Amino acid sequence: MLSRVANSIYWLSRYMERADNVARFIDVNLQMMLDLPSQSQEQWQPLVNISGDDGAFSANYSVASRDNVIKFLAFARENANSIVSCLRAARENARTIRESISPEMWEQVNSCYLMVNAAVPSSELLRSPSSFFSEVKKASQLFHGITDATLLHGEEWHFYRMGRLLERADKTSRLLDVKYFMLLPSVADVGTPLDDIQWAAVLRSASALEMYRKRHGHIAPERIIDFLVLDHEFPRSIHYCLTAANDSLHAISGTPAGIFRNAAEQRLGQLRAELAYTDTDEIVARGLHEFLDAFQTKLNLVDQGIFDTFFALRPVGSAAPDRVGQ
Amino acid sequence: MKFANYETADFYDEMFVSDSTPRPGARLLKERIESLPDRELFARQAAAESLLLQNGITFNVYNDSAATEKIFPFDVIPRIVEAAEWDWIEKGLKQRVYALNLFIDDIYHQQKIVKDKVVPEYLIQSARSFRKECIGLNPPQQVWCHITGTDLVRDRDGQIYVLEDNLRCPSGVSYVLENRRIMKRTFPQVFEASHVRPVDEYPSRLLSTLQSLFPAAMDSPKVAVLTPGIYNSAYYEHSFLAQQMGVELVEGRDLVAVNDRIMMRTTKGFEPVDVLYRRIDDDFLDPQVFRSDSLLGVPGLMEIYKKGRVALANAPGTGIADDKSIYAYVPKIIEYYLGEKIIIPNVPTHICAEPEELSYVVANLDKLVVKAVNESGGYGMLVGPHSTAEERSEFARRIQENPRNYIAQPTLGLSRVPVISDGRVVGRHVDLRPYVLYGSDIYVLPGGLTRVALKAGSLVVNSSQGGGSKDTWVLQA
Repeated sequence: MLSRVANSIYWLSRYMERADNVARFIDVNLQMMLDLPSQSQEQWQPLVNISGDDGAFSANYSVASRDNVIKFLAFARENANSIVSCLRAARENARTIRESISPEMWEQVNSCYLMVNAAVPSSELLRSPSSFFSEVKKASQLFHGITDATLLHGEEWHFYRMGRLLERADKTSRLLDVKYFMLLPSVADVGTPLDDIQWAAVLRSASALEMYRKRHGHIAPERIIDFLVLDHEFPRSIHYCLTAANDSLHAISGTPAGIFRNAAEQRLGQLRAELAYTDTDEIVARGLHEFLDAFQTKLNLVDQGIFDTFFALRPVGSAAPDRVGQ
Repeated sequence: MKFANYETADFYDEMFVSDSTPRPGARLLKERIESLPDRELFARQAAAESLLLQNGITFNVYNDSAATEKIFPFDVIPRIVEAAEWDWIEKGLKQRVYALNLFIDDIYHQQKIVKDKVVPEYLIQSARSFRKECIGLNPPQQVWCHITGTDLVRDRDGQIYVLEDNLRCPSGVSYVLENRRIMKRTFPQVFEASHVRPVDEYPSRLLSTLQSLFPAAMDSPKVAVLTPGIYNSAYYEHSFLAQQMGVELVEGRDLVAVNDRIMMRTTKGFEPVDVLYRRIDDDFLDPQVFRSDSLLGVPGLMEIYKKGRVALANAPGTGIADDKSIYAYVPKIIEYYLGEKIIIPNVPTHICAEPEELSYVVANLDKLVVKAVNESGGYGMLVGPHSTAEERSEFARRIQENPRNYIAQPTLGLSRVPVISDGRVVGRHVDLRPYVLYGSDIYVLPGGLTRVALKAGSLVVNSSQGGGSKDTWVLQA
């Protein structure tokens, strides 16, 4: 398929998934705030930190108040990763490849964008934004369902799936990081019911609480890390996402599993193997935040490898930047 | 009653003979609409509009920074064309397109028609759309204009005229297909049993026409639609047609000339393409041959085209036949090549390049419609009776400065159709653009795009100038 079209499907998918996840971030924070002891200060700065867009935030707002952070993450046009901006970018990508996707996919992206674009961050909406975020999550999930049911499960679908899963892996890692940045009122609160409540909120925002309970029962930080990072079967766990993305990558290139022929395959393969052969003890020993931070950097390199291998416009006469490896 | 206060005024109305009497073909439609519960007609209209927005059926307006993407307004009351009239139109269009193609082929070869002094030489030489790069080219089966959109209008007395030919990249056919789909979804009870000729086969007809172009006998040549990109006003249509034909939609940057083939850049390397339905103007096709500043085309495309290694639809150079002063000669062109009288007449046209016509035009600007010969989309025109003295003197100056660039025609009292406006049914002026495909034979899509001037009294139907559209129903015989 055309490189440009592949690129747009990949980003269409990433942006739809990103909008969903930004809604989840805000939601997890809202839930955590509700359970804080009444005298404690609300904490919204952590959300800005994990979004990776601190620069854009401080350029536009002086304090990380609840309203400012929600406005910035959900509605701000000057934030390229706000929900509104993601959905606009998703729609622009879809618009350039309408001929390659199903009409149902386009209609869903379009109506999702129209819905969000019409939403004004009024004081009322900011006071109780939960239903708005659940609309966004539903719209994104509906898009994924429609795509699975209507798009040819060929190369285009694999680019779509790879985009969605790599985005999700990145966002699950950031969701876990929210808890790292979230200060407990005092050191003595570690391991208390309050701590548990916050961990449960992390799970809930990843739609993972009930599945976690089935797998591990009680709330325990190590097991939550295990579930969200290393689980083989939970569809939002990082390991699960990378494994499935890797399958799609190999389906696209035709490279047999276990070897690599380009930078994308090499980097994704390495990263996946790293996760496959680690455990929570190692992660905790290293420090969860440090682990997640390093993971995000490596994931960016995977994305760069995909761009170089499939999307970059190569000059005439040069072959694809293939490397045969074993 | 929906049509109770409807007035046909002193125009030809496409639906009514007089204020309350429908034309024979429209009787059933009128009955069905009248039998709808109160307000239902307006509710249907609103439903159709929201469907258009949800489906993102939009076009881009140039020079409009506020809202670059608009829906093309759609009116749910269909326009009816009766079977006998359509058969006559179809015959006339086939005749016209057949002759215009012979004309183009002649102009880029011996120019017999010029030597025989039927068309003056200066008009060809001075036409901006004449491409000397195309002299001597031989497109497959000597067909140049594979896709044509011809604008038809009806005057006050009921006579249908050809208003202009569009042989470069005529747009609008996607709205014909979408309008029908929306019509069926929002207004099924009116549609049922009306015996309307279907339009759905257009995409597969278009694909066959394009496939027939590839000279080397191949089972299934690789076809692609070449678009200038999402900022083009007709981008929606490009993507729609590619989708309906199941072919790639490509931009210039997706293509590259390698070893005498046009290649697409794909995730697996270069893949050849055989036929390009190009929706970009000649000027931008190939910066090595035409405008060197074009970023939209493909360097080297023309050379490969000349070698017959890629086919283009329409062929470069067809614009010579829709120059608006050449238009004035179409009746003579038909007679010259076919020995036949023109079936659908032309609107009488004054060529400003001819001195005695020029002085007549300048003296009668208040009665005439003046058009720039190379413009389309309703740009660069003056509607005399609706103009101010200031606009007229500005146009007089422009015409005298460059007479070759202008033609003038009498202002027609365009026919009208009922349209829903602010909860009422009112009369508005219309035209009709049927689409003609020329591959191994000539095919005319039943109906075409009915464009309506939505502003009261306006005669300009172009979407860029506030026009809307209607579904066009050609009735079965």
